Amino acid sequence: MPNVAQPVLDVQDLKTVFRTRGGEVHAVNNVSFSLKPGELLGVVGESGSGKSVTMMSLLGLLPSPPAEIRHGTVMFDGRDLLKIKPQALRAVRGGQIGFVFQDPMTSLNPVYTVGMQIMEPLRKHMGLSKRAAATRARELLELVGIPDAQRRLDDYPHQFSGGMRQRVMIAIALACDPKVLIADEPTTALDVTIQAQILELMQELREKLGMAVIWITHDLGVIAGIADRVLVMYGGQIVEHAPVADLFRDPQHPYTRALLKTIPSISGERAKRLTVIEGQPPLMLAAPDACPFRARCDVAFARCAVENPPRYDVGHGHDAACFYDARTGAPRHA
Amino acid sequence: MLIYTFRRLLISIPTLLFIAFVIFMLLELAPGDPMAQMPLTIPPEVKEAMRIALGLGEPWYVRFLLWLNQFFIVEPQHWIDQAFGTSFAEGKQRIISFQSRSPVFDTIAQRLPQTLWVVGMSYVVGVLIALPIGIISAYRQYSVFDQAGTFVSMIGFSVPPFFSGVLLIVIFSVQLGWLPSIYDTTLVVNSWDTFKQQMMQMVMPVMVLALQTTAQVSRYMRASMLDNLSQDYVRTARAKGMSESVVVLKHVLRNSMIPVVTVIALGIPSIFGGAIITEQIFKVNGLGQLLILALQGSDIPMVMTITFLLAVLIVLMNLIADVLYGVLDPRIRYE
Repeated sequence: MPNVAQPVLDVQDLKTVFRTRGGEVHAVNNVSFSLKPGELLGVVGESGSGKSVTMMSLLGLLPSPPAEIRHGTVMFDGRDLLKIKPQALRAVRGGQIGFVFQDPMTSLNPVYTVGMQIMEPLRKHMGLSKRAAATRARELLELVGIPDAQRRLDDYPHQFSGGMRQRVMIAIALACDPKVLIADEPTTALDVTIQAQILELMQELREKLGMAVIWITHDLGVIAGIADRVLVMYGGQIVEHAPVADLFRDPQHPYTRALLKTIPSISGERAKRLTVIEGQPPLMLAAPDACPFRARCDVAFARCAVENPPRYDVGHGHDAACFYDARTGAPRHA
Repeated sequence: MLIYTFRRLLISIPTLLFIAFVIFMLLELAPGDPMAQMPLTIPPEVKEAMRIALGLGEPWYVRFLLWLNQFFIVEPQHWIDQAFGTSFAEGKQRIISFQSRSPVFDTIAQRLPQTLWVVGMSYVVGVLIALPIGIISAYRQYSVFDQAGTFVSMIGFSVPPFFSGVLLIVIFSVQLGWLPSIYDTTLVVNSWDTFKQQMMQMVMPVMVLALQTTAQVSRYMRASMLDNLSQDYVRTARAKGMSESVVVLKHVLRNSMIPVVTVIALGIPSIFGGAIITEQIFKVNGLGQLLILALQGSDIPMVMTITFLLAVLIVLMNLIADVLYGVLDPRIRYE
């Protein structure tokens, strides 16, 4: 993995809140990360940890109101995506950054043909003629492994199975040769066999097309197999960031450690109950001035309730947001 | 689709026969005497002879079968004769009004244009106003525009035409004197002036009826748009970089129209019903007024025929709504 290359996407200090009747929900808190060309960045975390909201904030895909991006920069191609005009942002969406969503059953428009839905971004971003767009759409369907592509262009989404629809979604996201592909739990709604097929397809396409991928999931097993680096999110914050091997070998944040324990093992005794992380995820209504994980943490101490830990660098591109140093077994010095 | 439509048409025949029977029996069981409005100086035995001359002496099933024969066989034969100069219906009795003693269909043909002008125009105007209101209200939910739309809809739903109609007359005819309060059916449109006059006299009845249509259709449109605006495919369209107008007017609108088209199609017969009252207020001598007068005069053939035509319209609109549903929604296929 080239370390010297300029990041293709660089997010600094991003904060997104939702304004609700009950108060402000701090969905994304001061998130910073970068994505290098050609790498696959895994983002893990439980439901409501802010993974999807972070990614949708980058492209302005959150409905506003209630969502509001408070501060931060999203540098892409020398521009800040949070500051550019809507018109320019739309050219980036689907043109240079592709998005694959979680549920392929509902993510395609039921009343238009699959061909039309693939051709839409081609005609808008690449200015292709109808005929050229149709040819490219057929190639894309072939690329994502849909048999009989020419004929299937005229089919409607309901005539495809779930796995095939996700392939169509991927074809749409790849349509304009994006530099970055954001995949928001693309395999969660699919059964395991299809999941494996989609994972394999994504690996293959990444090698073939050389784009950078952000892969959001709550399945650590998937991450272990495909990611270069991993971000662990909890309560709208990045709590740990590490190259994938380091994360599994030497987890630094208590949440990551707890998360790794919940992975059921095939070799384990059968009667063993599934491990869970005790307690509830935070509601995120409170201002983020304390560690979001402290209520469920087994090493929390007084400081965790009055201060939100910054991300401490532990070397080799690995950092963790915790006052407790897992290596020394003692609190870090202030 | 063609086969489906044809099969539905076939199935609607027994439905319509049953409806005809129910209407006939309701009229049969209702009190009323076609001779009640005759001068009192006519002796009872003469009245009795007149009743028998009208065919009222026959048992109900004979009269029902005769009406069916007249409606489904003699009348179409008569129209064919009119169109092609043939003589299928020669010497056969058409449906005759008790009151005017002239063929019911001739009277209906005279009255239909007035109703179509007023009712049809109001429906078109109402729908054309309602659709953009619904779309904008949903897209800008809870905005000032949406609140105003909700308020107007509430008025349209809750204020009956016999109130809003009279209110308009009081304001625009009595107080301001801008518009005529009576619809002049004898007006022939042949110049710019008469056209302006026709428009002026149509404004109020059309607005009264359109208000009701707008209220209903805009609500349905808004609800349907809201349902669809929060769907995942809308996010997909935005993530593809589509402009808001493409997202809303192409992706969301087509999906939202599916239920609304049904509501619009099924609303057409009911607007004819609603027009009965509005026609009375503005003195439009259309179908509605004809029906009211026929009811008052116990003119059974006239009432029976108009009511049955409305039933045919309802069955037909149901069929059209179903077919349109299949056209708009590719997930629906009729085998």
